[in-house]
Amino acid sequence: MDIGRLMSIIIGSILINNFILTRFLGCCPFLGVSKDTDSSIGMGLAVIFVMTLASSICWVVERYILMSLGIEYLRTLVFILVIAVLVQMVEAIILKTSPGLYKSLGIYLPLITTNCAVLGVAFLNSDKSYNFIESTIHGFGGGVGFMLALILMSCIRERIQFSKIPKPFAGTPIVFITTGLMAMAFIGFAGLIIQ
Amino acid sequence: MTKKEILLQGIIKENPIFKIVLGICSTLAITSSMENGMMMGFAVMFVLLGSNLLISVCRTFIPDKVRIPAFIVIIATFVIVVELIMHAYAESIYKALGIFLPLIVVNCILLGRAEAFASKNTVIDSILDAIGMGIGYFLAIMSISFIRECLGSNQIFGYTIIKGFSPASIFILPPGGFLTIGFLLAFINWLSLRKNNKIVIETPACCNLNDLQKKECKCNE
Repeated sequence: MDIGRLMSIIIGSILINNFILTRFLGCCPFLGVSKDTDSSIGMGLAVIFVMTLASSICWVVERYILMSLGIEYLRTLVFILVIAVLVQMVEAIILKTSPGLYKSLGIYLPLITTNCAVLGVAFLNSDKSYNFIESTIHGFGGGVGFMLALILMSCIRERIQFSKIPKPFAGTPIVFITTGLMAMAFIGFAGLIIQ
Repeated sequence: MTKKEILLQGIIKENPIFKIVLGICSTLAITSSMENGMMMGFAVMFVLLGSNLLISVCRTFIPDKVRIPAFIVIIATFVIVVELIMHAYAESIYKALGIFLPLIVVNCILLGRAEAFASKNTVIDSILDAIGMGIGYFLAIMSISFIRECLGSNQIFGYTIIKGFSPASIFILPPGGFLTIGFLLAFINWLSLRKNNKIVIETPACCNLNDLQKKECKCNE
């Protein structure tokens, strides 16, 4: 296994192609949950967990079920069902085994089923024809990038609450504009080419 | 509600993008050119029409407990139909839209309308609602991509507007998408502040399964 390639995938998915700021995946929960730092850490951890799990399981499903039956065109339908079942199952397991973890992480799980970042990472893995380890690493890196953007945003939003914003910009518009400025900063990482 | 109100509410009063702020991810990603925006608009309209129609036909015999999975399967089926059609007849657009075409399946507009409207109303009303919402989405996406393409690449549908003008290419890059929609939402807020002194845009924008299962898809928080 080529360590350099894995490193380039993980840094690429965290910084260069950040899921929120460059690929626009998962904007809805990003806007909804980034109001305070605590909940954004919980949400970030839940997303990392589900994205890692989903990208490895979707890889297995695609390679050993869809490809062997020759029905790759059904991947949209199969992936969303696999992810929905997975999230519900993980939620049930966490609820039964550790209520403490459920409180800090489990309550964000239902938010994730219809999150495009999770489904998007499965499609990206299959479009780039990554192997099993690369897919898992890509899912993990994507989740970390999501959490990074979420925490940065929540820190900024906690400050925005106390600043004077022109009335029409209050609420959602200023969040979008702030995100745009953050995305501009992240363009700088595009110069980071890893061999 | 009369038929006309159902048709019109999606276009202005409850515009999925500008008023309820739903389905932002794909909207931002594919509005860098008007051609892509137009095709995405048609794709979403088709899926919305198909899923609303089928869900309202099946609404009486889908058991209440499994309705969300059933809705997801119906929506995914129509998304696959659109994917296959685009792959066959418009391959360049299919490549340009990339993963955002299959990602229509998690677009909150579709599940939101299925839950909030099509699962409770008659077939005709659901079709009208789908048409209204589809037109609302289409107009929103076209206006965003018009601004981004004009400013970002000095073109409309690929035709140059002003010769010798060098465009601000930040607008076709990711930050431009966020900035454009931020300023457009602020503009809509400003208009409604002037008119009746209140902010119309709902705070963000997330369809989650908990809300859906509680039968109140307000789609915020």
